[in-house]
Amino acid sequence: MVREERQMRAENRLVLAHVYTATAAIVVGAVFGLLQAYSRASAISLPSTFDYYRVLTLHGILMALVFTTFFITGLALFVAYRQVPRARRLFVGWLGWGTMLAGTLMAAYEVLAGNATVLYTFYAPLKASPFFYIGATLLVLGTWVVAFEVFENVVFFKRTTGAPRLPLALFTIAATFVMWWVATLGVVAEMGLLLPWSLGWTSGINVMLTRMFFWYFGHPLVYFWIMGAYVIWYTVIPTRFGGKVFSDGLTRLTFIMLLLLSTPVGIHHEFMEPGISTTWKLLHTIMTYGVAIPSFLTAFAIFATFEIAARAQGRRGLVAIVGGLPWRDPVFAGAAYGMLLFIAGGFGGLINASYEMDSVVHNTIWIVGHFHITVGGPVALTFLGASYWLIPKLTGRALWTPGLALLQVQTWFVGMVLMSFSMHFAGLLGAPRRTAEVAYAGSHVAAAWQPYMIAAAAGGLLLTISIAIFALVAIGTLLANDKSEDMHVAFAEAAPGGEPSPPIFEHLFRWGAVALLLAVAAYSGPLGELLRHPGFLAPGMRTW
Amino acid sequence: MHVHRYERIWMTFGIGMLLVFLTIVLVAAFADNMNPPSDMMQIDPTKVASTPPFERPGLRSLGNGRYEAYYVARIFAFSPNILRVPLGSTVTFYVTSPDVVHGFNIAHTAVNMMVIPGWVNSATHTFRTPGTYLLVCNEYCGIEHQTMFGSLEVR
Ligand code: HEM
Ligand SMILES: [Cu+2]
Ligand SMILES: [Cu+2]
Repeated sequence: MVREERQMRAENRLVLAHVYTATAAIVVGAVFGLLQAYSRASAISLPSTFDYYRVLTLHGILMALVFTTFFITGLALFVAYRQVPRARRLFVGWLGWGTMLAGTLMAAYEVLAGNATVLYTFYAPLKASPFFYIGATLLVLGTWVVAFEVFENVVFFKRTTGAPRLPLALFTIAATFVMWWVATLGVVAEMGLLLPWSLGWTSGINVMLTRMFFWYFGHPLVYFWIMGAYVIWYTVIPTRFGGKVFSDGLTRLTFIMLLLLSTPVGIHHEFMEPGISTTWKLLHTIMTYGVAIPSFLTAFAIFATFEIAARAQGRRGLVAIVGGLPWRDPVFAGAAYGMLLFIAGGFGGLINASYEMDSVVHNTIWIVGHFHITVGGPVALTFLGASYWLIPKLTGRALWTPGLALLQVQTWFVGMVLMSFSMHFAGLLGAPRRTAEVAYAGSHVAAAWQPYMIAAAAGGLLLTISIAIFALVAIGTLLANDKSEDMHVAFAEAAPGGEPSPPIFEHLFRWGAVALLLAVAAYSGPLGELLRHPGFLAPGMRTW
Repeated sequence: MHVHRYERIWMTFGIGMLLVFLTIVLVAAFADNMNPPSDMMQIDPTKVASTPPFERPGLRSLGNGRYEAYYVARIFAFSPNILRVPLGSTVTFYVTSPDVVHGFNIAHTAVNMMVIPGWVNSATHTFRTPGTYLLVCNEYCGIEHQTMFGSLEVR
C-alpha cells in the first residue's frame, strides 16, 4: 500500500513537470500575444532588440508547439500511469520530458538572440541558425519518447490482462499518439532538408518541398490538439456531473477516424501556392470535409451525455437540462465554453477549407481569428479548465478559490470572442496577418481595419488578465497547501451492459499503418509533381 | 454496432450539409472555372532581374481590355509600386520573388497568392469599381515586412 502510494507520487511528479512547463509557456506566451495585439493596433511600437517578429516567433512556438504539446504529453502519461497501475521505472518518461525541454530552450534561446526570426512555421528560404532546427527536432523527438512510454503501457496492459479492450481513456490517448507519430514524420523529413542546409553542407533548398513536408505535419498538429481536448471531453467531463460516455464504440470509431483522416488533408494550407495542381488541391478539399465527420459524431455524443445524465436525475426540457449542468465548476465550464467556441470555429474551418473561397481569407487576420477560436478557445480553455482538475489530483492539494478559477474561464471566453471575432471581420476587409502594424502610410483601405484592431487589443487585454488569474490560482493552490484532495481518479466509461465495441477497433498500430498509407497516397500526387519539376534551389538568407 | 435513431438523423443532416457545400465548391470550380492560383511556371530566382518579362515589370496590353501585369516581389517592396489600370479591364497578375517567400494580396479582391522563389504564380481579376486599391505582402518576409505594400489606381 505504502509502496503503491510512493509509486503514484513519483509518477505525479513527472506529469506535473509536463503540466507546469505547459503552464509557463501559456503565461509567457500570453504576454507576448498582448504585445502583438497592441502593436497591430498601433498603440505601441516594439524596440529593435525585441522586435515584433521575434515576439511573434516566440508566441507561435510557445503556444502552438510548447503549451499544447507539453499539456498533451502530460495528460497521456497521466492516463497511461493511472489506467495501467504497476511498479515501473520512470527513466524513459523523464528522458522524454528532458529532451522536449532541452529542445524548447535551445530553440527559444536562438529566437531571443535574434538568430531565428523565422516564425513558428520556419518557411525556407528564411535561414535560421542550426541550433534552432536542432532544438525544434529535439522537441519532436522528445514527444516520440513519451509516445513510446504510452505504447509500452498499452502493450503491457494487453499482454498481462488479456482484456479484449483497452480502457476507453487509454484507447483515446493512444490513438492520439499513433496519429502524432504518423504526422511528425513530415516535420522530421523537413528537418532532414533544413539542417544540412543551415549548416552550409548544401548550397540551396527546395522551397516547395519543405513547405509540403511542413504542412503534412502542420494540419495533423491541429488535430493533435483537438484529439487531446476530445480525450478530456469524452473521458473527464462526464465525471463532473455523474454522466456516462454515450457510446463506447462510437467514441473509439471517432478517434480512429481522426487518426485516419487528420494527415491526408494538409494541402488545404497550400491552396494559394504555385507548383501544386488544382486536381490535388480539390482532392484534399474533399478529404478535409471528411475530417469534419468525427467532430459531428462528437457533438452528438457530448450533448447526449448531458441529456442522459439530466434525465437520470429527473430533469426534463431544454432549460432544465442546460441549466442543470455544473456551470459553476471551472473544469466543466472551461470545456463547455470551449465547445461553444468550437461550433463557430468549426464552421470557419469549413469556409477556409473551401478551395476557391480560401482566396478571400488566406493569410489575412481572419485566419488568426480562426485558430484563436479553435486552438486558443476550445483547446486552451479545455486544458486550462482541466488543469483545475489535474493539479489537485497530482499534488493532493485542493483547488484554491474555485470562484476565481471560474472567473478565469469566463473572462477567457469573453476575451476570445472579442479578439477573434474582431480578427475575423478585419480579415474579410483584407487586413493581413503576421504584420507588426497595419496602417500602411495612411491608406484609406487600411484605416477601416483600425477599429477592429483596437477591439482585438481589448480582447487581448482581457485574455491576459484571465491568464494572470490562472497563474494566481495555480500558485495559490500550491501555497495554500490544503492537502484534502483525494488523488485517485476515475475516468468516464460507457454505462455497463451496453453493446461491446467491435474488436477490430483495438488494433491501433494497424490503424496507424493504414493512416500512413492513406497519407502517402494523398501526397504521392503533389509530391510527384514537385519531384517532376525539380526547378531551382533557393540559396537562403537572413532578412531580419 | 448500434447507432441511435436520433444520431442517424443528425449524421445524415451533417453529412448532407457537407455534400451541399462540396457541390457548391465543385460547381464553382468546374462550371465557373473558379480555381485558386496554381501556376506551374518556374524561373531561376537568382536571375529574375535579367529574365524577360520580369526584367521590366509592369502592365502589358493584350487588346480587348485584357492586360497582363508582371510583378517582382522582393524584400521589402513590389515593383511596380503603383500600377495604373483602366476601369473595366481584366488583368492577369504574374508574380515572382528573387529572395524569400512573399504574399500578394489586393485588398477587396480575390487576388491573393503565395509568391515562392523559383516559381511564377498568377491570378486574374476584372476591375469594375474605380478607386485606389491597396496591395499588401501578407506573408512574413523579414524585419521590414510591414512596409511592403503598393497600390493600384483604377480609373
Ligand atoms: C492572451 C492570449 C492571446 C493573445 C492576446 C494573442 C494574440 C495574438 C495576436 C495578436 C496574433 C497575431 C499576430 C499577427 O498575425 O500579426 C497571434 C498569433 C498567434 N497566436 Fe495568439 N494570442 C493569445 C493566445 C494564444 C493561444 C492560447 C494560442 C494557442 C494555443 C495562440 C496561438 C497563436 C498562433 C499559432 C499565432 C500565429 C503566429 C504566426 O502567425 O506565426 N495564441 N496571437
Ligand atoms: Cu489544416
Ligand atoms: Cu512581406
